[in-house]
Amino acid sequence: MGIKWDEFFITGDPLILGSQIAILLTMVGAVAGITYLKKWKYLWTEWLTTVDHKKIGIMYIISAVLMFFRGGMDGLLMKAQTSRPEMEFLNSQHYNEIFTTHGVIMILFMAMPFLIGLMNVVIPLQIGARDVAFPQLNALSFWLFFSGAMLFNISFVIGGSPDAGWTSYFPLAGKEFSPGIGNNFYAVALQIAGIGTLMTGINFIVTILKMRTKGMTLMKMPMFTWTTFVTSILIVAAFPIFTVALALMTFDRLYGTHFFTVSGGGMDMLWANLFWLWGHPEVYIVALPAFGIFSEVIATFSRKSLFGYKSMVFSILGIALLSMVVWVHHFYTMGSGPAVNSFFSITTMAIAIPTGVKMFNWLFTMRKGRIKITSAMLWALAFVPCFVIGGVTGVMLAMGAADYQYHNTLFLVAHFHYVLIPGVVFAVFAGLYYWWPKMFGFMLNEKIGKWHFWLFVIGFNVTFMPMFFLGLNGAVRRAYTYSAESGFAPLFMLSAIGSIVLAAGFAVFCYNIYWSIRYADRNISSDPWDARTLEWSTASPVQFYNFAKLPEVKSLDPFWHMKKKNEGLTLHDSEIEEIHMPSNSWVPIYMGVIFGIAGFFLVFEWHIAAAVAGIGIFAGLIIRSFDYNEGFHVSKEEIHRIENAWRKTEGEVHDHVS
Amino acid sequence: MSAKVDTSLPLEYQTEQDRMNILGFWVFLGAEIVLFATLFGVYGVLYERFAGGPTHKDIFVIKDVMIQTVLLLTSSFTMGIAIFEMRRNNLKGLITWLVITLALGAGFLFMEINEFIHYAHEGATMQTSAFLSSLFVLLGTHGAHVTLGIGWATMVIIQLLKRGLTPTTARKTFIIGLYWHFLDVVWIFIFTFVYLKGLVA
Repeated sequence: MGIKWDEFFITGDPLILGSQIAILLTMVGAVAGITYLKKWKYLWTEWLTTVDHKKIGIMYIISAVLMFFRGGMDGLLMKAQTSRPEMEFLNSQHYNEIFTTHGVIMILFMAMPFLIGLMNVVIPLQIGARDVAFPQLNALSFWLFFSGAMLFNISFVIGGSPDAGWTSYFPLAGKEFSPGIGNNFYAVALQIAGIGTLMTGINFIVTILKMRTKGMTLMKMPMFTWTTFVTSILIVAAFPIFTVALALMTFDRLYGTHFFTVSGGGMDMLWANLFWLWGHPEVYIVALPAFGIFSEVIATFSRKSLFGYKSMVFSILGIALLSMVVWVHHFYTMGSGPAVNSFFSITTMAIAIPTGVKMFNWLFTMRKGRIKITSAMLWALAFVPCFVIGGVTGVMLAMGAADYQYHNTLFLVAHFHYVLIPGVVFAVFAGLYYWWPKMFGFMLNEKIGKWHFWLFVIGFNVTFMPMFFLGLNGAVRRAYTYSAESGFAPLFMLSAIGSIVLAAGFAVFCYNIYWSIRYADRNISSDPWDARTLEWSTASPVQFYNFAKLPEVKSLDPFWHMKKKNEGLTLHDSEIEEIHMPSNSWVPIYMGVIFGIAGFFLVFEWHIAAAVAGIGIFAGLIIRSFDYNEGFHVSKEEIHRIENAWRKTEGEVHDHVS
Repeated sequence: MSAKVDTSLPLEYQTEQDRMNILGFWVFLGAEIVLFATLFGVYGVLYERFAGGPTHKDIFVIKDVMIQTVLLLTSSFTMGIAIFEMRRNNLKGLITWLVITLALGAGFLFMEINEFIHYAHEGATMQTSAFLSSLFVLLGTHGAHVTLGIGWATMVIIQLLKRGLTPTTARKTFIIGLYWHFLDVVWIFIFTFVYLKGLVA
């Protein structure tokens, strides 16, 4: 215990000093800017205390884009360091820290929140609901995620980043070999964010089970809703394992227990098992919703309903089930024995079957479709070949015996980037281009979007394709440098150049957002893509109560059929009723802040201060327990006014029918 | 969102929001099952790794464990009666039985803390060996849940006193009831797989 002032600020590294100054200036600038523009009240009432699922979704997405930047910078630094042999840009410790934070941030603070953000925006709309089942819990989920993300991110300027890899294997991650506080940040920040994710999982299960609009049976749900539902089940099944693993890690590091430390009878392999028992389903927690996004995008822009809907649903369920029984394939070489390795080889390869089913379903959806090549559709098209490369190399890795050859090499790193980038990043870009008009009422620029697409996809392939060959030639992962004699230099250089192109693609994406906010046409229809699902049947941006009258569903792709038959599109004055909505609350953001403070003290092992903050957490729970705010009612007049503003003629939805 | 009330159902199920809250809590209990299953798994891996420290037989006192078990199982029964009284719309009975439940829970907790102190006196702390680390964390997590349950139920009792039986307070009471029974079920597993197995081994 005791305050470790000497460990507080990281000093002596010019890169980190620059970051410290940049962070300080950004914070001062943000506070000054908001004060100057007198936006504090707006920020507080419209965003920070909101319980509106669409705004929460947008906040998730903004955070994810910021984290993408942070994680991407880490990636670029790594690529710079390995661009030449014997490079001395980063030292080994700094390199360790950077690949650790890159992995954690990209998966847990970029991919997941990006997808959860899209889910938040879209799911209640797709199922014809007015909000999620527990709006205030939803806000709490966001603030816990945000708090965890911020706590993790400050580690590199205050206290030191974790440096044991995103898997944080013991004994390396234990106190003995990582005596600093860096890995405390890992244990505590991920715990806080993980609790938020678990809440999201529970929330979406109940939302999808209970809040579907009239007529929407399970087998009439849009594919993105289906994947979100199955993902939520996976979250509830897998995240508690991570919660326990992180808690035990915290006990080992802070209180000297012997779960994973080899002294005292602990078992380091226990960590590997617990980590991947969560970590493997986690891969599918981010991949499944992404598959859902591609299904929506491909169906819309092929102007056909999804091919093989039922087989799609069953393959999602199959993938989810299999994802829970493959975790040992992450450590074939750690002495599990042939029988165990064979079992996990077979279950792992079996995942290729339902995934292949999905691939062909997407291809058959496009077959004979009237394909429209929009930016969103381009991402979906590029996903197919890139993901297949990732999948095929995955089957190569799935063979336990062969894995002895390429485990721990860059081949593996190339494989999972070929799965996660097409499978998740392409998907969130597709989703963002697709649903952007629904969120904001204007479109992202298609031309800039295509620049973004081509730079990103070419950059991605140039970055990661060489790594397959480097890996097969024996270049190990996590090594911060290599000798000139190894002959790796040209491919490493190529990979570094690719990463610059990739980064340029991301920069164009940011520019596209800027450009579109400033110049894009605001006068677009509520259904600019001629889409199929219910979210497009309401205004863009969506009014805060989502639907003036909850829609009724008779088939898959309900909105498409409503347009075809020209029915169910109109709203008559007599159908408008008062709508009950939940009130804003300051409790979720308060909980986020107090969890962050408690977590910060815990990281520094200042136990008394952490306990005091812990009392603040209980105070928040008690305040919530005594909160009987029943929400408010939106008057008929207000609904009438809002609906009239976007419907062309009084009482009618626009008449576009194809 | 709608506040439509269906009076043919028990009080706690009458509004859509209350039904969703109860379902949400069941899902949360699913997550809790995974959490405890993981802790049992960890205990199962480490339970014979004594590292030269005390073993099960050195520290377990079966008489105290039996008392704890009786206290907790009885509290689950009284919680059942409390919910039964709630269904009969008997607020006074409900609160009385809730208080009895919490008293039994507190008794359990008192015994458990004594047990921990006893272990520490025997030189068995969670830093001693992997076995004891996993034992303390498993028991401690359960004990922390009981503690939280007592605090939570106290808040519910205050709300029942202030507001009487409404769909909302009934739902809150019902949910704390589910939680309490869940803790009891977990205890049965602890009793079997920790204490009985430890003494038989």
